[in-house]
Amino acid sequence: MLEARDLAGHRGHARLFSGLSFAVPAGQALVVSGPNGTGKTTLLRMLAGLTAPASGEIRWRGERVRPFAAALRQSVAYAGHAIALKDDLTAEENLVSLVSLAGIAVSPSEAREAMSAVALSRQSRLPARVLSAGQRRRIGLARLRLVKRPLWVLDEPATALDSAGVETLVALVREQLARGGTVVAATHQPLDVDPARVTRLSLGG
Amino acid sequence: MSAELTALQPAVPVHDGAWRGLAWAVARDLRLALRSRAELGVQLLFYLIVVALFPLATSPERNLLVTMGPPVLWVAALLASLLSLQRLFAADHADGTLEQIALSPAPLEAVVSGKILAHWLTTGLPVVALVPLTGIAYQLDAESLLVLVAGLLLGTPILSLLGAVGAALTLGLRGGGSLLALLVLPLYVPVLIFGAGAVDATRAGLGAGANLSLLGAGLALAIVGAPFAAAAAVRIALD
Repeated sequence: MLEARDLAGHRGHARLFSGLSFAVPAGQALVVSGPNGTGKTTLLRMLAGLTAPASGEIRWRGERVRPFAAALRQSVAYAGHAIALKDDLTAEENLVSLVSLAGIAVSPSEAREAMSAVALSRQSRLPARVLSAGQRRRIGLARLRLVKRPLWVLDEPATALDSAGVETLVALVREQLARGGTVVAATHQPLDVDPARVTRLSLGG
Repeated sequence: MSAELTALQPAVPVHDGAWRGLAWAVARDLRLALRSRAELGVQLLFYLIVVALFPLATSPERNLLVTMGPPVLWVAALLASLLSLQRLFAADHADGTLEQIALSPAPLEAVVSGKILAHWLTTGLPVVALVPLTGIAYQLDAESLLVLVAGLLLGTPILSLLGAVGAALTLGLRGGGSLLALLVLPLYVPVLIFGAGAVDATRAGLGAGANLSLLGAGLALAIVGAPFAAAAAVRIALD
């Protein structure tokens, strides 16, 4: 269960949102929408524990969490605008590196399987430098799949993905919700998930 | 807590050890350094060129070279260390890796320590390894060379440690590179004084013990303090 109470976000001196309260139970998704510049990314960074809210509090599993709290770092998988890929490493090396950074041991066969699940088998030995934006995003999807964190915070996860990529993303989100995980996503595209599992939050309206 | 949620937990053991974080950072940064060997070469070449410039600007007189040698080698080591500092966190900051590092279960201080260690292994250590070569060019005797190497072995890790704090503090600033030099170079002064002073003391027959002990003490202090300061600065930069 992820809860926000009376959350306010600022950027510089501009107030982006205030008095935001919501609860996302396990197995549910929160889809954040709103025009550019209304604070979607700021809100997501707060929920992931990267930014301190201007006021209000965030609770994860009933406990109040501050930025970089250990309880949150054990649970969250954050996918931001930057995908954290190293151009000099191969696609597969990037994936293994990110997953082991998250504290999960991954075997070569698991890595290969994850790469083929996002249709990147043929590119797995290529340096990330030569991959297209969509292929880079797919590595991010493979990471989500392998780190198996209960809380996913996804900032525009469908950017640059083709329709097959979006399908993979939706399948992953469904799987995560069915497992009892929580998903928070900022997205312009409607995610094709069971509406009973989705709460919508519109910023700047 | 719901039954579904607890079902998620035992599936994946999350390792959050400090050593794991440190090892991850060292292994990854060394691998990246090996992939871009050109960059490593540029740093070493820079060091060699700086070392070679001084005799050209003065005169290649033996006595002058011998006196000038240790300070010049120290200043060159200092500049070579500075050259690569800016990229220590900036590259990871730009591509989003730093966010993932800060959100990983491993303590940020451990990962930062690993990055600093990797920085020293790729910039400090090669410079120390080149000293026998460059020292001979400056006609240093065996005893001076030995003291110089010992001093650099103790001193160059301090440069990486202090430099990491500066690199983290200037993260995301415009003109961070030049600001970093302004911030870090004054902090390098004591290292330079004791490091170059060690060779002078040996020559004066006083023994290098005092200088080297001070460098050792400085290193111990920096190892304890710098990773925490750098990690705190990284968190501020991400906020």
